[in-house]
Amino acid sequence: MTPTRTIRAALAAVAALALALGLLACGDDDEPSGGGTDTTQEEPTAAITRNPDNASTTLTIGSKNFTEQQVLGEIYAQAFAAAGYTVRKELNLGDEQTALKALKDGEISGYPEYTGTALLSFFEVPTKDLPKDPQQAFEQVRQRFEADGITAFPPTPFTSSNEVAVTSETAERLGLRKISDLEGKSQDLVLYGSPECRGRDDCLRGLQNVYGLRFKRFVPVDIAQRHEVLTNGDADVSIVFTTDPQIARNREVLLEDDKGMFPPYNSTFLMDAETAEKAGPDLERTIELVNKNLNARVMQELNARVDLDKETPQDAAADYLQQFDLVAPDGS
Amino acid sequence: MDACGMTVLGSVLSTFGDGLDFIVRERTGRGGGQVGGPAENARLVWEHLKLCVAAMAIACAVALPIGLWLGHTRRGAFLAVSVSNVGRAVPSIALLFVFFAFLGAGFLNVTLALALLAIPPILTNAYVGVVEADPDAVDAARGMGMRGPQIVRRVELPLALPLVLGGIRTSSVNVVATATIAPLAGVVTLGDPIINPSIYGQEGRLGAAILVALLAVAAEAALAGVQCAVTPRALRRATGRPRRGRLIASPRRRVTTTP
Amino acid sequence: MSMPVPLAQSGGGFFRDRAADSCVADNGICPGWILDNLDRYTTPLAQHVFLTVTSVAAGFVIAFALAVLAHRRRWLVGPVTNVTGILYTLPSVAVFFLLLPITGRGSLTAIIALTAYTLLILFRNVLAGLDGVPEDARDAGRGMGLSDRALLWRVEVPLALPAIMAGLRIATTTTVGLAALAFFAGAGGLGEPLEAQKAFKTNVLFAGGLCVALAVALDAAILLVQRRLTPWTRAA
Repeated sequence: MTPTRTIRAALAAVAALALALGLLACGDDDEPSGGGTDTTQEEPTAAITRNPDNASTTLTIGSKNFTEQQVLGEIYAQAFAAAGYTVRKELNLGDEQTALKALKDGEISGYPEYTGTALLSFFEVPTKDLPKDPQQAFEQVRQRFEADGITAFPPTPFTSSNEVAVTSETAERLGLRKISDLEGKSQDLVLYGSPECRGRDDCLRGLQNVYGLRFKRFVPVDIAQRHEVLTNGDADVSIVFTTDPQIARNREVLLEDDKGMFPPYNSTFLMDAETAEKAGPDLERTIELVNKNLNARVMQELNARVDLDKETPQDAAADYLQQFDLVAPDGS
Repeated sequence: MDACGMTVLGSVLSTFGDGLDFIVRERTGRGGGQVGGPAENARLVWEHLKLCVAAMAIACAVALPIGLWLGHTRRGAFLAVSVSNVGRAVPSIALLFVFFAFLGAGFLNVTLALALLAIPPILTNAYVGVVEADPDAVDAARGMGMRGPQIVRRVELPLALPLVLGGIRTSSVNVVATATIAPLAGVVTLGDPIINPSIYGQEGRLGAAILVALLAVAAEAALAGVQCAVTPRALRRATGRPRRGRLIASPRRRVTTTP
Repeated sequence: MSMPVPLAQSGGGFFRDRAADSCVADNGICPGWILDNLDRYTTPLAQHVFLTVTSVAAGFVIAFALAVLAHRRRWLVGPVTNVTGILYTLPSVAVFFLLLPITGRGSLTAIIALTAYTLLILFRNVLAGLDGVPEDARDAGRGMGLSDRALLWRVEVPLALPAIMAGLRIATTTTVGLAALAFFAGAGGLGEPLEAQKAFKTNVLFAGGLCVALAVALDAAILLVQRRLTPWTRAA
């Protein structure tokens, strides 16, 4: 071929390629997962059984942007898929405001939220009115969401609260055991928290209003760094979660919430009420089965799988479902 | 929702309207603090510029002397070319995360990462600018008895200035863009409402996106103006534009720039 | 409620014993981990290649057409350069979020933004290549009776190839770097595993390294194609 013809052929190929790939891009955003054909026999011990009627219901499962949320999102997504629903995943959406907006806009059908977060960030319950009992907290959340057209399903046994953490050296040096011990010392300390911490009553705002603390500086960092910033010395104080495996591993000290700033934080799965209706009784049953074994120890182990062992949330979730006989070992 | 579907023009326009409103009107963000409005946004722009200027200062201080000297001594053509090629291939976000993983959060660490990002275009363009400086002028300078550093300073640098500024222009655009993701490493810039919209809301996200786009265009235009001002009339291209000068890599042949 | 959960003890099969000292748990550099988890990077890598190739191809088609037009109608050069220049200057993250309300999350948003980025460099290089064709060659072609179209395809474009390919190489390596941000638009790519474990040094170095390796590989591939298409330049 002469160079000219070669060039022309190459250009034509490039143009065709661009067109083909462009069309591919247009169409590739919808990728349902799960609910595929399964010809193997279900083990009789698998608690979640596939109901073919559910395949007509499509559920888009979302999650917020930290490890525990991604694991929970995966667990529910895989559990619903095992129950026969057509499941799509939109995990790692962002903070709680972003996730709730996605739910209300119909971008997702549901995601796992925490009772405490809902009370403070969505319903703006003043600190003095916060319920201490987990069941009460859930009841309040459930009623308020019902008015919004959102169904809040019964919560998990585990509660994972925001916590104020320091290294053991800092705790020893400054004699810190409870949060109010920071009075008079916080103005020399740097606090690191998630970006949304700036506006939350169970985070920086609460520390300022309830405990009257003023910090030398507040630095917003990605929530995934909440322990690294303590260990590498950038942060004097950091906001962490109860179920973090790094607390014990790094010997961090959690300061006691003596003024009761933190409500209970059990995880409750939120879903758009209409979709929940349409999904039928299998939905609630599946959620119940999933939640039964999610105590604090198990949740922490799952977090450790991802944060320490560097597994993917998908694998950790699959292992949870299989270990507790919720799905058959072959996955699906 | 089909990604290829049409969006009602009105809702798109109103979304952008919300973004513009965020820029001009202060409002209470989630959590009670004030966000938005000219003062708050100006502060974010200032933080953004601070980071960019610091990174560019370090990058120029490192890259210019090396590039000019390599060009003057006609050594290291391969290095000058490779630095540019490899530098272009490193994703800015990867560099940011590498620095974060090894050094932690903070203004200094992010500045170093951005400076590293900015060095390749400046170094390569300085090198090429000197190499392509009129050899007659350099010979004349040598004939007049000037020594190496003098030649660089008084003959080669002025002749290379348009290309050098072109490299600085390219780097600046990259740095302004990468500073947008600096909040991932704990430095609050204009990218904060974009990456962490929680207290700013979706309007904040859009407003900041608009602002950072304007900032980048303004910086580029300003530097283009400077570059135009220092380009001798005779060196300008037929289209009247000064050369930005990006490098074609071909180590075996004479190093050339793209116009 | 604010008592820390004691580190889970082993037993019952589900709970693991974790050594106090572990390369992986301490976010260190652990080559073994990469070998065990290569499959984690295959889909992101494939998606990254897809995003890059599609964007550069689409950008090339558009830029080539614009350059051919501007080559004859010089008044187009200024406006096209300005528009593509502005598109190049806009920070990609900002563009992703500005496009989101219109095109939604997914590959399309990323590809539109990435394509826009390639336009300036590709347009400039194709145009410079066409402009750089020696007048003698054009005269010879016209002397042989070639039409304008034939002149373009049989004389000008082949002689412009070095500049065109140079532009393609630069556009490709730049796009590989920018595609690492595509996960902001929900389009995947190597940025996704990068961001998923951003404190884990092994992951950050490997994912970043893959990006660089991909850019180098694509660059070399285009160079190879250039050598095949322009055998006469090798004589130098």
